[in-house]
Amino acid sequence: MIEEPFASGNSIIHRIDPRFRVAVAILVSMEAALLKDFRAMAFALAGSLALVFLARLDLFHVLKRLFSLVRFLVFVWLLIPLTYEGQAVYLFGPLAWSREGFLLCAQISLKSLAILLFFMALVSTMGLSTLGKSLKALFVPGKLVHLLLMTYRYIFVIGQEYDRLETAIKIRGFSPTTTLHSYKTYAYLVAMLFVKASIRAERVHQAMILRGFRGRFYSLDTFTPSYRNWIFFIAMMGLFIGTLFLERGSVWPITIRF
Amino acid sequence: MAHNDTILIQISGVSYRYPGSAQPVLDDLSLTFREQDRLGLIAPNGSGKTTLFHLIMGLIKPDQGTIEVFGKKVEKPRDFIPVRRKIGLLFQDSDDQLFSPTVMEDVAFGPMNQGKTREEAIEISRKTLAFLGLENFEERITFKLSGGEKRLVALATILSMEPSILLLDEPTTGLDARTKSRLIDILNHLNLARIVISHELEFIQSVTDHIYTMENGRINLDEELHIHQHHHVHRHGKQPHKHV
Repeated sequence: MIEEPFASGNSIIHRIDPRFRVAVAILVSMEAALLKDFRAMAFALAGSLALVFLARLDLFHVLKRLFSLVRFLVFVWLLIPLTYEGQAVYLFGPLAWSREGFLLCAQISLKSLAILLFFMALVSTMGLSTLGKSLKALFVPGKLVHLLLMTYRYIFVIGQEYDRLETAIKIRGFSPTTTLHSYKTYAYLVAMLFVKASIRAERVHQAMILRGFRGRFYSLDTFTPSYRNWIFFIAMMGLFIGTLFLERGSVWPITIRF
Repeated sequence: MAHNDTILIQISGVSYRYPGSAQPVLDDLSLTFREQDRLGLIAPNGSGKTTLFHLIMGLIKPDQGTIEVFGKKVEKPRDFIPVRRKIGLLFQDSDDQLFSPTVMEDVAFGPMNQGKTREEAIEISRKTLAFLGLENFEERITFKLSGGEKRLVALATILSMEPSILLLDEPTTGLDARTKSRLIDILNHLNLARIVISHELEFIQSVTDHIYTMENGRINLDEELHIHQHHHVHRHGKQPHKHV
């Protein structure tokens, strides 16, 4: 259901402390999202491509993941130039495609590709439990982290329960149509899934109490410090500042005018 | 049960009725469980076996009657904290018991809650996994284990807390023959008092010494079952018939 094709690997990126990777990924993605200059965007995209290359990710899975973004971008390119105000570059009857609209589309495409590639190279190169621990180390509230991990753990179980219920209705001759009966059946199915999930949550909680759970989770992981982490960090700061320089012509993030 | 050992669990006249149901599921049930006892319970579905386990562990409160564990009466939630350290309950569905991402984290969860240090918890978890023949499972992802592996890892999460009593709730459900015999082997190498609920005669016979049935919310202590197999020739052939 959830694949982690990049999680195991032995590239330079995989060996960097996950906390560094998560922190850097957040930083450069936020920067990329706020860019307005095309040179800066191209620089960020080049940086993200370099990281994907360094992480030695399987090209097939990279393209597969990019494809789902591309599908979304196709709609952006079809619709935004039509609805965005500006200088018309192409007219067809009452329809006008605007220049500003196309530019916006190009911006959205470059930025989203760069961000997706950053996350692919830096974040999806770790398992979800490691991601959880990194988030916790980066001061994300423990409750949110455990919500994430528990969801990940039980989404498979709930998925299996859904499959069982679906089989149960199928072997009794159900095939979905656009009738009230079909909608009702699906509503029952979803309701049943909620009931089962909440009963399971209670049993899991009981099992945790029996093992002495008192509201605290303990982590077994220790992160080993290494000079590599800092080299990576400095290199990524170079990317960050280089992008910023291209964007603003100066490295100060805030321009102060008198 | 003619032992002279100390009494571990003493249940006297316990009744329990689930909210909204007319019949009590346990009705004036009594049981004396001593050190070294290996007790098997065979009972139909809905006869209150799981309820009995939940009462002993303090997950639910009896409507009537008293429960004493290690000679101490247990009533309030606080009373059950030491009980839960000493008694390990294996759930019917191992998915309920394994909630951590990796096997090691799950097995170490109990010891960490008991106040052990990280190193101690890892050490004890390694030993427990090795005892169960699961040496290379530490970094395995819990939900990607097979049914049989899940059951054994769930057992590991309990054994790592070093209990002195095991309560096993239908431990063979969904296991193949090989894992079943592995489980029998493991249980017979564990010198732990136990109560085992199962509907599999052969299994329950090989891991317990005394087998009783449950009926009308009580344990039939006056009728100990002795399971034996016999072979005989049938004149009736394949026709349905009764053994008188």
